[in-house]
Amino acid sequence: MESKLNLNPRLIDSARTAARNIADDVQNFIDKNTTVTVERTVARLMGVDGVDEIEKPLPNVLIDAIKEGGGLSRGAAFWIGNAIVNTGKTPQEIAEKVSSGEIDITRLPIADENKIMEAVYSTAKQMVERIKNSRAKRDEYLNSIGEGRKPYLYVIVATGNIYEDVLQAQAAAKQGADIIAVIRTTAQSLLDYVPYGPTTEGFGGTYATQENFRIMRKALDEVGEEVGRYIRLCNYCSGLCMPEIAAMGALERLDVMLNDALYGILFRDINMQRTLVDQYFSRIINGFAGIIINTGEDNYLTTSDAYEEAHTVLASQFINEQFALKAGLPEEQMGLGHAFEMNPMLENGFLYELAQAQMAREIFPEAPLKYMPPTKFMTGNIFRGHLQDAMFNLLSIWTHQGIQLLGMPTEAIHTPHLQDRMLSIENAQYIFNNAREIGNEVEYKKDGIIQKRAQEVLAKAEELLKDIEEEGIFDTIEKGKFGGVKRSFTGGKGLKGVVEKDEKYFNPFIDLMLGGAK
Amino acid sequence: MEGIQKADLTKIKPYGDTLNDGMVQMSFTLPVPYGDEASEAAKQLVSKMGFESPAVVFSKDLGVGYTYFIMYGKCTHTVDYTNIEVPKITMEYMEREEVEDYIKKNIKRDIVIVGACTGTDAHTVGIDAIMNMKGFDGNYGLERYKGIEAINMGSQVPNEEIIAKAIEVKADAILVSQVVTQKNVHIANLTQLVEMMEAEGLRDKIILICGGPRLNHELAQELGYDAGFGTGSYANHVATFVVNQIVERNMI
Ligand code: B12
Repeated sequence: MESKLNLNPRLIDSARTAARNIADDVQNFIDKNTTVTVERTVARLMGVDGVDEIEKPLPNVLIDAIKEGGGLSRGAAFWIGNAIVNTGKTPQEIAEKVSSGEIDITRLPIADENKIMEAVYSTAKQMVERIKNSRAKRDEYLNSIGEGRKPYLYVIVATGNIYEDVLQAQAAAKQGADIIAVIRTTAQSLLDYVPYGPTTEGFGGTYATQENFRIMRKALDEVGEEVGRYIRLCNYCSGLCMPEIAAMGALERLDVMLNDALYGILFRDINMQRTLVDQYFSRIINGFAGIIINTGEDNYLTTSDAYEEAHTVLASQFINEQFALKAGLPEEQMGLGHAFEMNPMLENGFLYELAQAQMAREIFPEAPLKYMPPTKFMTGNIFRGHLQDAMFNLLSIWTHQGIQLLGMPTEAIHTPHLQDRMLSIENAQYIFNNAREIGNEVEYKKDGIIQKRAQEVLAKAEELLKDIEEEGIFDTIEKGKFGGVKRSFTGGKGLKGVVEKDEKYFNPFIDLMLGGAK
Repeated sequence: MEGIQKADLTKIKPYGDTLNDGMVQMSFTLPVPYGDEASEAAKQLVSKMGFESPAVVFSKDLGVGYTYFIMYGKCTHTVDYTNIEVPKITMEYMEREEVEDYIKKNIKRDIVIVGACTGTDAHTVGIDAIMNMKGFDGNYGLERYKGIEAINMGSQVPNEEIIAKAIEVKADAILVSQVVTQKNVHIANLTQLVEMMEAEGLRDKIILICGGPRLNHELAQELGYDAGFGTGSYANHVATFVVNQIVERNMI
């Protein structure tokens, strides 16, 4: 593609190379470690589910038992496999017996290694097959009823009650939405377990549980068939349980997952070692399940200035791209994030936003870019807010964004009401239709404001990436270079759940899933 | 402006294009299917709210048997503006330098302020705007003030922890930010803090202030706080209030 912005391809290459080196460096660290949630994911993918009498999820019961027995560094798969060989029971039955105290999982006699491997792989392959089937089911829907045109219209539901969410989601689909994201309740990202069953209470969002996923999936399939468009379901693969949520989403056919390598560190104060290890396995699963990930660069602009710090967004996109590639996630599934967040009072702000949106499009040509609406400068003036959202929609159709996270006029007040979503969808549909081909018609003046802005942001991003390459990502975050937020290597939540692997560690799912369906 | 009637402040009502026409624009959704009956229901409802000549100027099917309306109506009620009283912070706010001088002259020691966004709330931008060096909109934050030691504990801080910190550093004031208000989580959380401070016998010894976009002074006082600050607050507002209280309550 010819660059309309006259971007220097050598700078892009250099930035990408720096990002690759940064990711390589971190991958060395990731490969040496596992975490409690990674191992709980292995347990879930081997078929462990449900809760004990105090509502503690059995994957937690099992992994806690292995951890207390000092066995986590070998990986849960080994112990579950060994227990299968010893008892002839299923992983679920084994977890139940661990819970009741009938089995001390790390004290069983160690069986023959080949037999353990055989038990592990035959169980693991069943679940991998189920995920493949759910991916095939999505393809079948896309081939039969089809999908909306890009940019996909993405809206959120966040009532706290999954059944109320269903109503809102079905209404949104009828109004024209293509993606429904169920926002999670405020505190979920800090829970070191995934709640169980359907839920009807949450603050500013609804719990992500496997049952809630199932309920919403069914509702969206129904309404999708009715409106003749596949409706994608999105949730949040972030916080202390990233890979577990990924596994649940893969099984229940979610289509989109928020899944950023750094968000939890910066915005939820989760320990960086923990998140980086967790995000790797979660992305392998998302990649394999055909799930589009959304990264969270847009959030940097809520804590720092969107004009001054635009290059940190681009730098982070480069890094997220490399982490995703390492986990076998193809570019078509990388919903790299960016946002329309400049102060609306900035003179020519629209031109700068245009430059940056076009720049992201050119640098990541195949990625279904996730474009975030104005949020920080939305106010109680819902009428001006509706206009800000209109400007944002115009840029999106102009620069061919992939996923349009619709802004709500009431952004500064509450999570969306039924009518807010309708107004926003109407806004986007009107503008997308009215200006459909604008991007193919308009070119930018050589060395004009737009070209120069994009070139400047790229140059600064390349510079920043080279700095990070030198310092390493851990130091960079410690210095507060992303979103102006400083986090320390050993600070934050969840560090206790990081465990160094021993040389005999194995995780069958990395082997079975990395690099997509085989 | 001759020929234009002046409003009777004891009986005010909304203004559209003529004094006392009572014109109000509103929009809402009803859980009934789109159609004539829905519009009639909307009109009857708006009449019951005290509007004359209710008019549905737009309605739309929301897709799940619900209908959206944009309406006009003429308000029949009036309010006596001359009798309005709103509890608010009435003091003249000092600028940063004035606050610094005031501390030097009247308090003669450094004052200590602890702040956080508490409970499960992860929004730091508001409390940072008040406390951090950089401040907000060109107004420096409390960290920048000579004579103030400002300790910002960040977000998602449990009430126990902010109290423990306040005791540890002998804080003069605690600042709490609450941004998420869904299902009134902020009320429960703010109330809990007051109760815990009362139980510890600390409530009278520390100036307690809350802030956030959905908070105001009146609500804050109802909840047992000394003051509440909403949208558009700056560090110098809070600082003025705190230093005045310290002197007034003889906490020097
Ligand atoms: C930025 C932002 C975020 C960022 C926060 C980054 C960060 N580190 O702070 C991120 C992306 C992380 C985020 C997450 C969420 N957010 Co948010 N977020 C916003 C947003 C866009 C802007 C808030 C902001 O920064 N305002 C700027 C600051 C300067 O203003 P302020 O907070 O009002 O502060 C001023 C005054 O109020 C006052 N003040 C504030 N605190 C204090 C304290 C004291 C002591 C004093 C004196 C004064 C004071 O002084 C400040 C300066 O004038 C708003 C929407 C909006 N436009 O308002 C939504 C919003 C606040 N978020 C919302 C929600 C629901 C969430 C989530 C719960 C969503 C979810 N389910 O995941 C999560 C929160 C998770 C959690 N555990 O809390 C809702 C809240 C709805 C409600 N009324 O309850 C809003 C309104 C968006 C919406 N429409 O849904 N969010």
